[in-house]
Amino acid sequence: MTGQAGAFQRFIWTFTDTYVVMRRNLSQLFRQPQLLIFATIQPVMFLLLFTYVFGGAIRFSTGGDYIKFLLPGIIIQTIIFASTNTTIGLNLDLSRGMIDRFRSLPMSRAAVLAGRTVADTVRGAVTITIMMIAGMVIGFRFEDLGSGLAGILLAIAFGHAFTWIGATIGLYVKDPEAAQVAGFIWMFPLTFASSIFVPTMTMPDWLRVFAENQPVSVVANAVRDLMTGTVNPEEIAVALAWIIGIFVVFMPLAVWQYAKVASR
Amino acid sequence: MENNHAIIAENVVKHFGDVKALDGVSIYGEAGKVLGLLGPNGAGKTTLVRILATLLKPDGGNIRVGGLDVLRQKRQVRENIGLAGQYAAVDEILTGRENLVMVGQLYHMPRRAAQERTTELLDQFALTDAADRPVKTYSGGMRRRLDLAASIVARPNILFLDEPTTGLDARARIAMWGTIRTLVADGTTLLLTTQYLEEADELADKIVVIDHGHVIAEGTADELKANMAADFIDISIANPLQTVQASSLLQPLTSEAPQTDEQRGHVILAVENGAQSIAEVVRLLDGDDIHIAELNLRRPTLNDVFLSITGEAIVEEEAKPKRRGFFGRRSA
Repeated sequence: MTGQAGAFQRFIWTFTDTYVVMRRNLSQLFRQPQLLIFATIQPVMFLLLFTYVFGGAIRFSTGGDYIKFLLPGIIIQTIIFASTNTTIGLNLDLSRGMIDRFRSLPMSRAAVLAGRTVADTVRGAVTITIMMIAGMVIGFRFEDLGSGLAGILLAIAFGHAFTWIGATIGLYVKDPEAAQVAGFIWMFPLTFASSIFVPTMTMPDWLRVFAENQPVSVVANAVRDLMTGTVNPEEIAVALAWIIGIFVVFMPLAVWQYAKVASR
Repeated sequence: MENNHAIIAENVVKHFGDVKALDGVSIYGEAGKVLGLLGPNGAGKTTLVRILATLLKPDGGNIRVGGLDVLRQKRQVRENIGLAGQYAAVDEILTGRENLVMVGQLYHMPRRAAQERTTELLDQFALTDAADRPVKTYSGGMRRRLDLAASIVARPNILFLDEPTTGLDARARIAMWGTIRTLVADGTTLLLTTQYLEEADELADKIVVIDHGHVIAEGTADELKANMAADFIDISIANPLQTVQASSLLQPLTSEAPQTDEQRGHVILAVENGAQSIAEVVRLLDGDDIHIAELNLRRPTLNDVFLSITGEAIVEEEAKPKRRGFFGRRSA
């Protein structure tokens, strides 16, 4: 089309291209209502099961109402699992030749990835909104609306950082079957060996050291405090540092792999 | 552009580990003409197309597309080319219309322009009725047409079609040929890869035959077929023990020695006039009481071209490099 596009024009195109790709990915989601329904039901089901099955037993070690402890944690779990969709979705695009098509277009390199990661983050955000409503129905209340919303934003930012890890994995694994497994196997230790569902203090020492210092717990604790009305600047700073760190490492890694990846 | 060549690829080398996918291939595509790249599976056709379309970095060679360097001017090259790969790269969930509008927008056409172009293309490719249905409801031929439409949304000067009819049935293939012909009628330069001699013959102004990463022949379809018989007759002998006898009996009908396979009782005869010879074949074999199980008259195939050039039949070989464990995606 245009022969020599200026740097500014290309910068603008990065955003418009991202938007076009994101819309494509989101319409895929909304045209598969079953997928959307089950993707939403599953975390809500987890929320209810954990609250009513484990809630009573765990209540005493979480300082009272388990839902107050659980809901912020399970929101983190839900939003980081959105990165599984990034891994699988990108890998499917690779194996079906969509990435080749995109790469043969004069579009922004980052847009294919950003369009995917942003779409998956939006999807995760929709799911946690539904979970918040479910949580409210079974008794969760914000202590302070402002800090509560800040906590949710922090969770979404963390989830978005994780979609870039998911993107990197999706570009490395060889086929969609492998992507299915590779997409979430690494998240189980991160979500269970963490402070998402239970306090870390009863874990054996070796596990506790890991569980208390790994990013999921760090961010979950910050989000939990914010959602229950406690603002701890130091905790928030460490959480933000992790989020930025993940972006700094995985965004360039994913873009680099995208540039050299060859499908099939 | 030198010598009016829209596509120049000189001494292109690409290795995947130990596999030499391209080992010094040179091709020249004249502007406004159709260049056919003919070769069996694993010959290196797709690798070359991917390099020309900026998707793959060559290990060596001088490559210019539309006068632009594919390594240093990737974005400009992409603005001038269209690519339709071996697998219809269209989104299954989106409708045909949405697919084309999306591609138009990614070429940075204004939305309205992308929509108008889409309507035009849907009409041109006979997809108007199916335009607002999800692509997953399309037949194989419809998907290929949509993929082809997507590759020309921005009216590229240079078009790469990688095996555009592989996997299509005979009817869809012939329809596709018609579509491709109309595409190049307005002066688009086309590089087409195919495994079918008939297809290259039908569409290409010039044909380059490649195998194992080497160019083994080039010329017009007529030049390639000049050293070859016009027709081939495939004969299956009911009793394979009579194969040699049949072969020597039929020798006078052909200038070359008949190809024989005693195990299976096959004799292949290269002849100048198939219709005449076939009657002779029946008469001669019947006269010696040799029963024919099957008799086929056919046009030369890629396999026959290979036989006449290299003296060897095509070895179907998986040229894709081995997967490297769990990670490590490599291309073919």
